[in-house]
Amino acid sequence: MDARREREPTPMKNPTTTERKSDRELVVTRTFNGPARIVFEAWTRPELLKRWWAPKSFGLTMISCEADVRAGGTYRLVFRHDAFPEPMAFFGRYLEVTPHSRLVWTNEEGEGSGQITTVTFEERGGKTLLVMHDLYPSKEALDAAIASGSTGGTGETFEQLDELLVTLGASVGRS
Amino acid sequence: MVQYTCGPLDASFAALSDATRRGVLEQLGRADASITDLAGKFHMTLTGMKKHVGVLEQAGLVTTEKVGRVRTCKLGLCRLEKETAWIEKYRQLWASRFDELDKVVEELKRKEKVDGRKKRT
Repeated sequence: MDARREREPTPMKNPTTTERKSDRELVVTRTFNGPARIVFEAWTRPELLKRWWAPKSFGLTMISCEADVRAGGTYRLVFRHDAFPEPMAFFGRYLEVTPHSRLVWTNEEGEGSGQITTVTFEERGGKTLLVMHDLYPSKEALDAAIASGSTGGTGETFEQLDELLVTLGASVGRS
Repeated sequence: MVQYTCGPLDASFAALSDATRRGVLEQLGRADASITDLAGKFHMTLTGMKKHVGVLEQAGLVTTEKVGRVRTCKLGLCRLEKETAWIEKYRQLWASRFDELDKVVEELKRKEKVDGRKKRT
């Protein structure tokens, strides 16, 4: 990889957008410079997933990553944030696995308040538009997820916010 | 942003969960109004409107000021800045993740090319 970096300039990073689409929905979008089969592979092979899912720049460390990626299969991700001694576990079940185009899973660590995550992969001219859609069971569930992360101000609650982001990111992103 | 004028974020959302209260905010976005004005606009009793305004006030979405016998309501300074901040932070997490994912995608693409060449030769 290093040799390649010397030969070719790093391409511009594609922008990531997030939006609260409605009372119950969060949507994240991003384009990847590769075909859908490759992006899909990176989401569905645990050994690849764990390479990108806990970015060091966020103080995250993956501890374990198990995913039986097929409809009805379960997953369990455990990782730690630098600021918190206790590892966090996130788990659920795949509802739908359609190769190269669609993944749907539950998020069950929240005991009933967890969202259903749908990720779609749409290939256009060799690039892939990824849309990650979280549907919460109620408006209150999403409000609570957001609220628990920032109970006031920035400095004193920054760690809480980080913790929440880890939690939410975890429950949203794993596959 | 004046942090201490904001209520807890869950208070903001609770405040916004009600259609009348959202309407009150829209109304106050156009012009300040007294509780009597608002009660009239939304066909409510004074007591009912006072309750709604109280909820909005606690969330930092509205401030009120009593002059003589009239309580005037205006938009608070807080609005939805916390939700916006949270969503931005959330975006940053995913952006970091996806930047790492880019590296995996590049690597898989290279591998596919190499494998393709091997198959042909």
